[in-house]
Amino acid sequence: MATTEANAPQLNAEKNRPQQSSQPARRNGRWSGYRHLLWARILELKREPEVVFWVFIFPLLLAAGLGIAFRNKPADITSVVVIDGAGARQTLAMLQSSAKGSPDKHSSEQSMVRAKILDREAALKGFHFGKFDLAIEANPDGSYTYYYDPARPESVLSRAEIDAALQSAAGRKDAITTSSQSSSEPGSRYIDFLIPGLLGMNLMNSGMWGVGFALVEMRQRKLLKRFVATPMRRSDFLLALTSSRLVLMVIEVGLLLSFGVLVFHMRVQGSILSVILLGSLGAVTFGGVGLLTACRAQKIESVSGLINLVMMPMWIFSGVFFSYDKFPAMAQPFIKALPLTALNDALRATIIEGASLGSQSGRLLVLAIWGGVSFVLALRWFRWT
Amino acid sequence: MGPTRETTVECTNLRKTYDGKVEAVRGLSLHIEAGECFGLLGPNGAGKTTTIEILEGLLAPTSGEVRIFGHSWKDNPRQLREWIGISLQETRLSEKLNVRETIELFASFYSEPRPAADILEELQLTEKADAWVGKLSGGQKQRLAVATALVGNPRILFLDEPTTGLDPQSRRQLWEIIRVFQKKGGTVLLTTHYMDEAERLCDRLAIVDHGEIIAEGTPSDLIDRLGGHHVVEFQVSKEAGKNANGNDNDNNLERWRSLPSVESVRREDSTVCLSVREPHLTIPALLDVVNRDGHQLEHLSTRQASLEDVFVQLTGRHLRED
Repeated sequence: MATTEANAPQLNAEKNRPQQSSQPARRNGRWSGYRHLLWARILELKREPEVVFWVFIFPLLLAAGLGIAFRNKPADITSVVVIDGAGARQTLAMLQSSAKGSPDKHSSEQSMVRAKILDREAALKGFHFGKFDLAIEANPDGSYTYYYDPARPESVLSRAEIDAALQSAAGRKDAITTSSQSSSEPGSRYIDFLIPGLLGMNLMNSGMWGVGFALVEMRQRKLLKRFVATPMRRSDFLLALTSSRLVLMVIEVGLLLSFGVLVFHMRVQGSILSVILLGSLGAVTFGGVGLLTACRAQKIESVSGLINLVMMPMWIFSGVFFSYDKFPAMAQPFIKALPLTALNDALRATIIEGASLGSQSGRLLVLAIWGGVSFVLALRWFRWT
Repeated sequence: MGPTRETTVECTNLRKTYDGKVEAVRGLSLHIEAGECFGLLGPNGAGKTTTIEILEGLLAPTSGEVRIFGHSWKDNPRQLREWIGISLQETRLSEKLNVRETIELFASFYSEPRPAADILEELQLTEKADAWVGKLSGGQKQRLAVATALVGNPRILFLDEPTTGLDPQSRRQLWEIIRVFQKKGGTVLLTTHYMDEAERLCDRLAIVDHGEIIAEGTPSDLIDRLGGHHVVEFQVSKEAGKNANGNDNDNNLERWRSLPSVESVRREDSTVCLSVREPHLTIPALLDVVNRDGHQLEHLSTRQASLEDVFVQLTGRHLRED
């Protein structure tokens, strides 16, 4: 019954149809194609679980993993062994009294010494296997011999610490008074350095893959060819692809920064607007580089290789995980000319130091040149079919 | 040939050479009138796709001229794009968009598109409107491809191998869609290597081989040129044939050619095919000859001549060699 009733109005609609289709109900405006292309792109990204993982979740996991691994924790407990002999007991007592006597022994920054006595063979064996950082032997003449490994930082550190402890226990007085300021304030920790770097790297990754890879995939599917067989404006298509990156960028930046603030109590010194503007410039720049990388490639296999080739130098040199100051001075101008270096430096200056965008025109210029030149070349060489 | 109508698509002396070596199209001229369904029929690699893509403005010809409604692709590409609808030989549309979104996307490129709901209904995709493109069957995908061509309300439809690889039911559905478009006054240009498709769908067609048109006309014109509308196919027992006539095939064929009402003869493996005007005259005579020679008739059938026979007669090959 219900079906028959439901069918009746449809039949009437059927009769009216010829008039309707001879006079189309709608006229599309100038930006109709652009809006639909952008929306289609966003829908596609949203429905691709891999995109959601690599663009949004993976950077958070990376930040969490590295943030925990390199968190500021108390210096390692130094583990030393005293070789059994005449002065062994006394040496052990001196080490323990020194540790107890330390004025700030409750402080987490204060390193501690764990020491035990073993016979010579077991002690040296343990030392060689890395169980102990240092082996101490009290000589009959009252002097000490340290066995240490200059290649192991903790062994070197341990030698200095134990030497200081023994000397002061033996009565050495400090010649000058010193005090230390610990550096674990938000803003100067590794995680504070890391998050802007991850942000930059993520903008590069998703720009290169989101634009470059997507384009070649569409070219391989002959979808680009199908699009240019319609009255679609080619510029609208490229614009939509790029602006979809901006939408994603806001989410990427928002997620990673909120994660840093909430989990690691990071402080964003610069304005959020500056960060978003920088993110937009970065997203558009790497969108342009992605476009150039993908402007001719016919197969996704070949563009994957190209994208990795383009990104590789920046992963290494642009100071994502550690400062690029460690590279030789000769390489510095080259490193600073890379777009990711400029983006990372600008993000760090803005987020950590609160620098204004106006004070970093050099970095912005580097980004704009990379983006602009890439776009122009990409459009000149672009292959639609 | 009937009253002259408005010319919609015209090309003269089209040539396309790839990399300066491969000549895909070699001096091809066409003239398609408004409201007709024109077919390019030919085997794979004959240059059909190259030709249709040049007409669609997707490929530049090496030489020659294309005019659509009197415009060239250089003059006014945007306006021409508004007027034509295209289905490429293979397009894999975005799998993560659903059918309605895909149609709406294509509709957004045209200044006066048809409502998506109409298109969905006309192409029997209403039920699948919310299904992702990746989940559609081959026939549904192909209908969607045609839907994206129709949604711009085109005056000409270009279809490159629209039914290749489809099951018979899906093919018939697509034929019906093409007929409906034509009934509303649309012009259709399609390529195919299925002779039945060309025969049923096309008002006129050009048979293309090695980048050239080797015959052009209505399907019945082309079949008329065979001389006979019927084909008689038969096999005589091999041993008997060899004993009586040795291996002299030409001699053998000439004997069948002289039967009454036979227009032409050809041999395919062990089968003899006769093009015949009136089978009722030929068959009794054929049986007489077989009996007189003491041969055994192993197989005998008659059928209507088809475009396939035309193609075989013109080229000595079949449309589909696979």
